[in-house]
Amino acid sequence: MEYLLHILILIGIYVILSISLNLISGFTGLISLAHAGFYGVGAYVASLMALNIHSPFLVNVLCAIILSGILGALVGAPALRIHDDYFVIATFAFQVIIFSILNNWVSFTGGPIGLAGIPQPIIFGWNVSSHIEFLLLIGSLCALTLWVSRRVVNSPFGRVLKAIREDEIFAQAAGKNVAKYKLQIFVLGAGMAAVAGAVYACYITFIDPTSFTIMESIFIISIIIIGGAGSLWGTVIGAVVLVTLPEVLRFAGLPATVAANIRQIIYGSLLIGFMMWRPKGLLGEYSFQRGGPGSER
Amino acid sequence: MSGSWFDINDVTKSFNGLRALSGFSCSVKKGEILGLIGPNGAGKTTLFNVITGFVVPDYGNVIFKGIDLVSLPSHKIASIGIARTFQILRLILQLTVFENTMLFFRDQPGEKIGNIFFRSKMSSKKEAENREKAISILESVGLGEKLFEYAGNLSYGQQKLLSLVCCFAAGANVLLLDEPVAGIAPEMIEKILSIISDLPRQLKSVMLIEHNLDAVMQVCNRVIFMDAGVKISEGSPLEVRNDPKVIRAYID
Repeated sequence: MEYLLHILILIGIYVILSISLNLISGFTGLISLAHAGFYGVGAYVASLMALNIHSPFLVNVLCAIILSGILGALVGAPALRIHDDYFVIATFAFQVIIFSILNNWVSFTGGPIGLAGIPQPIIFGWNVSSHIEFLLLIGSLCALTLWVSRRVVNSPFGRVLKAIREDEIFAQAAGKNVAKYKLQIFVLGAGMAAVAGAVYACYITFIDPTSFTIMESIFIISIIIIGGAGSLWGTVIGAVVLVTLPEVLRFAGLPATVAANIRQIIYGSLLIGFMMWRPKGLLGEYSFQRGGPGSER
Repeated sequence: MSGSWFDINDVTKSFNGLRALSGFSCSVKKGEILGLIGPNGAGKTTLFNVITGFVVPDYGNVIFKGIDLVSLPSHKIASIGIARTFQILRLILQLTVFENTMLFFRDQPGEKIGNIFFRSKMSSKKEAENREKAISILESVGLGEKLFEYAGNLSYGQQKLLSLVCCFAAGANVLLLDEPVAGIAPEMIEKILSIISDLPRQLKSVMLIEHNLDAVMQVCNRVIFMDAGVKISEGSPLEVRNDPKVIRAYID
């Protein structure tokens, strides 16, 4: 039972992560490899605050959001001036920098040893400790993320995002300040990822830099590609599929060493298969392809 | 407020040593339809790109309502009353006809991210107003039945019509139309031309690039013939058509 709850909690964390990245990538067309970086910033900020100044959980989450958002703006402001592949490379660089800082600033982040004994959250006297309580917490945060994202993408603001995704020049000709919109959604996505990080840290009670590597960023992008870029429910389905897949393999009776490799093979084949035959993902409305309508000629 | 209010002065632009525009000047009066004709590569589209801020000229300025447009980014220029269409049709094909039109309204509170959550009443009220306007504009040009059709599902002529309609939603005073009737069916050409020739009555000015000379003769008050970035001839449509320099350029 606890095992099942654990899987559901992980799904919840990845739903928040992939929905926030979907706002940036699926709705605005900016493929970012930095998402695990913001996830990590959220986790470390919340943990360091809880461990060192014993501030309450909600304050930690708020600080994590703000700091991650500021970092998002700092990275975004220069990176958003460049396009396509160059943007991907710039976010990749940021991801590597964040990992290096977490891994090497030993006196502050604990370096490769990580941070242990992160206290469980207390929200207005509610001590979140059991699996079911964490599931409640993460479930309500997922609902909140979904609600916020729905409001955003269904608003006139979201309409502009989609226009930017399809044709920036058209959006400019319509009088939209493209750079401003990109920056705002990038900061919002970074802030949401930090929430996932903060909850993850409190749930596992231990973090180290290996949870926030480029592989994690690619995993989150895979959820979007398979679930569907530009679709909120598609993202949820993608998260369910990709998080449960390794667990299903576990029950297939394969030895652990083989299962880990098979998992990578399945991820890889899934990605290639989707890119080739169903680039819009399960429920998506946008495919990360060149030369489609509206792309730069 | 009569006479010239939109001036292009001495605009020069080179691309890798190739002069696309060379000391080009002209002015557009209120309620005037000015045709720009000339062979391919004459610099007509470059001129539009300079006016709308997509290309920064090497020299010269563009003055509209007393503001120099050269130093402004394109989205600012679009929002002070200059709208354009593109030669290569640009629409968001994955959005509906209605949504494409809605994108062009100015000053939408719902386009500010904070307002979505903190002033949602105000945003949705304005959205409802714009919605009415968009529907009435689209109905007036006969796209009323296509409102919720994806722009990608329209015929090419309807798409050109839609991109023209978007300029109305933007509430522009000056419309720059790059080949509005190229490559579409005759009935649609008639329809678009009649819409364009009605614009001066609403005190809107139009600059029109078109290779279809009959269309130019039909709607323009004044025509400029340009070649290699230079103005060769200017005057009424008939004058320009009969100008020996123009005839020579077309025969060469």
